[in-house]
Amino acid sequence: MADVSIRNVTKKFGKTEVIHGISCDIHDGEFIVILGPSGCGKSTLLRLVAGLEEISTGDIAIEGRVVNRLEPADRDIAMVFQNYALYPHMTVYRNMAYGLKMRRMDKDEIDRRVRAAAKILELSELLDRKPRQLSGGQRQRVAMGRCIVREPKVFLFDEPLSNLDAKLRVQMRLEIRKLHEDLRITSIYVTHDQVEAMTLGDRLVVMDNGYAAQIGSPLEVYERPATMFVAGFIGSPAMNFLEADVSEDGRALVLPGAVRIPLNGTGLPAWGRKKVILGVRPEHLELNGTREGGIQLTVDHVELLGADTLVHGRCGGIALTLRLPDVHRIEKQASIALSASPEKLHVFDPETKNRIA
Amino acid sequence: MMVEHRPVLAFITHAVLILGAVVLAFPIYITFVASTHTIEAITKSFPLVPGGHLVENYLRALTVGPRDVGATVGTMMLNSLIMALGITFGKITISLLAAFAIVYFRFRLRMVFFWMIFITLMLPVEVRILPTYKVAADLKLLDSYGGLIFPLIASATATFLFRQFFMTIPDELCEAHRIDGGSPMQFFFDILLPMSRTSIAALFVILFIYGWNQYLWPLLITSDQSYYTLLIGIKRMLDVGEGQAEWHIIMAATILAMLPPVLVVIFMQKQFVRGMTETEK
Ligand SMILES: Nc1ncnc2c1ncn2[C@@H]1O[C@H](COP(=O)(O)OP(=O)(O)OP(=O)(O)O)[C@@H](O)[C@H]1O
Ligand SMILES: [Mg+2]
Repeated sequence: MADVSIRNVTKKFGKTEVIHGISCDIHDGEFIVILGPSGCGKSTLLRLVAGLEEISTGDIAIEGRVVNRLEPADRDIAMVFQNYALYPHMTVYRNMAYGLKMRRMDKDEIDRRVRAAAKILELSELLDRKPRQLSGGQRQRVAMGRCIVREPKVFLFDEPLSNLDAKLRVQMRLEIRKLHEDLRITSIYVTHDQVEAMTLGDRLVVMDNGYAAQIGSPLEVYERPATMFVAGFIGSPAMNFLEADVSEDGRALVLPGAVRIPLNGTGLPAWGRKKVILGVRPEHLELNGTREGGIQLTVDHVELLGADTLVHGRCGGIALTLRLPDVHRIEKQASIALSASPEKLHVFDPETKNRIA
Repeated sequence: MMVEHRPVLAFITHAVLILGAVVLAFPIYITFVASTHTIEAITKSFPLVPGGHLVENYLRALTVGPRDVGATVGTMMLNSLIMALGITFGKITISLLAAFAIVYFRFRLRMVFFWMIFITLMLPVEVRILPTYKVAADLKLLDSYGGLIFPLIASATATFLFRQFFMTIPDELCEAHRIDGGSPMQFFFDILLPMSRTSIAALFVILFIYGWNQYLWPLLITSDQSYYTLLIGIKRMLDVGEGQAEWHIIMAATILAMLPPVLVVIFMQKQFVRGMTETEK
């Protein structure tokens, strides 16, 4: 177990920089999830920590020791790959024992560790099988077993569940969480699945195109997204964005059509009469609220999901989605009044796309 | 695929197959028959059934050898075997290592080396035989096993084949191995080699037959009878000038020359077929 510290790390492939200076301190025993869309550099960042790629500038330290120039094997990390990367010609037992054998560990100790890990992962019956005789979930477990036996300082996962079907994914997600609670090994987990991220992570690193857009707990990221990118990326369906003007006194937002939406507390006096972007989550819009300043929505279509109802519509030409708990029967083309409580509003700077309030 | 169940069609296809098999097998049968008679019996009127001199003819071929050749068929078979196995193991070893280097290491002029190997595909032994002979002579390799084997070892085909195979192995396997703390050579021996097992078996069959059937190069490089290979020996047995060729011994030697490749195919077939049906990746 150890803390990992990433300081101003950049990575260039040839002339193109794909990681633009990321800093992040990961505490001992923490479970960090790196989340972001495809191609934003999640795997690259993880591979930099693993030592499979060399960093261009910056430092990575594990347990206070700078590891920039160390081989992966000397960093005391273990990694689970997306395709598991099991040795196809070796049995489950030998797959798990191989890394220990390379470290010249005593045979009895290897045996003890492999059997202990197999027990935790319910692989005891399968130790003599070859990887191709296993199901996807079992292979996944062997890949984790190979890491556990090493008792590394840091666990690295690169989308380990993305090759599994939906049901197994949920199950393995819980198992990974449970395993982490038992072993408390510092973990860095890459995924593009936000449910995985929200349920597994102690903290998230939301990546946007090679930058760390926000680092924070899942709730922080959901409740106070730092940028429009994070706001739009986290949450499903995605957050609604509306252009708005701040009123002269800064206490309310004015939407096209002179709809006034009051702001929380003292509002935004510094932004009086300026343009901003209002963000509001579909689940935070309420029907015919009694509060002043209703948004009028013309309904385009309705999706009944059972537990929720999604209503898609337009408000003065801007598409909006709202999510209502339970079943609601709303006609197409109906006009409904919406409101949102002031503390659930997000306001962004249209220039920098950063959060204002 | 169309599957027809008409009896007439089945009869015709079988007849054609059987005919084909007979046409292919007949010369071999004749060879075998000839190797079991005395020379007088064959030269008078050719018999169609095996005779009673099988043991006698083969023993003579193996231990005494044909007239005027100066080496027994036994010795020549041993030479052929050494050459064929040397070429086979040499080619497989060299091309595995070459492919390993080209696929897994980034070194300067990597692609230049790859293309150099690739270009040799266009230069088979026959084309470069004179310069090769000169080099072999300068290295004092004439009349030696080294001379029989080394010039035939470099193999672009096998290198290319292993390269293609290695490139289908996901990079993550190599990375997982690095994280597990293995060295590159351990990766080669512990991971790549066992994974290539079936390709190696297939190549072994092909290369063994290639090596066993070498004729021109051994002919050129050997003048000492004790290094003759069996194929040269058989050719020599025919060059008797005025006299009568010893057809019964020649035919026995021919049958013996066919045996090792056949045995290799039979023995390796299991590995070969397993490689085809069982995909490991
Ligand atoms: N070896 C490489 N050489 C050049 N460019 C690379 C290399 N590896 C990754 N990249 C580039 O770096 C960027 C980030 O890649 P990375 O694999 O980290 O994305 P990712 O966030 O893991 O995406 P995904 O979710 O699809 O796995 C991509 O634009 C990719 O093209
Ligand atoms: Mg990736």
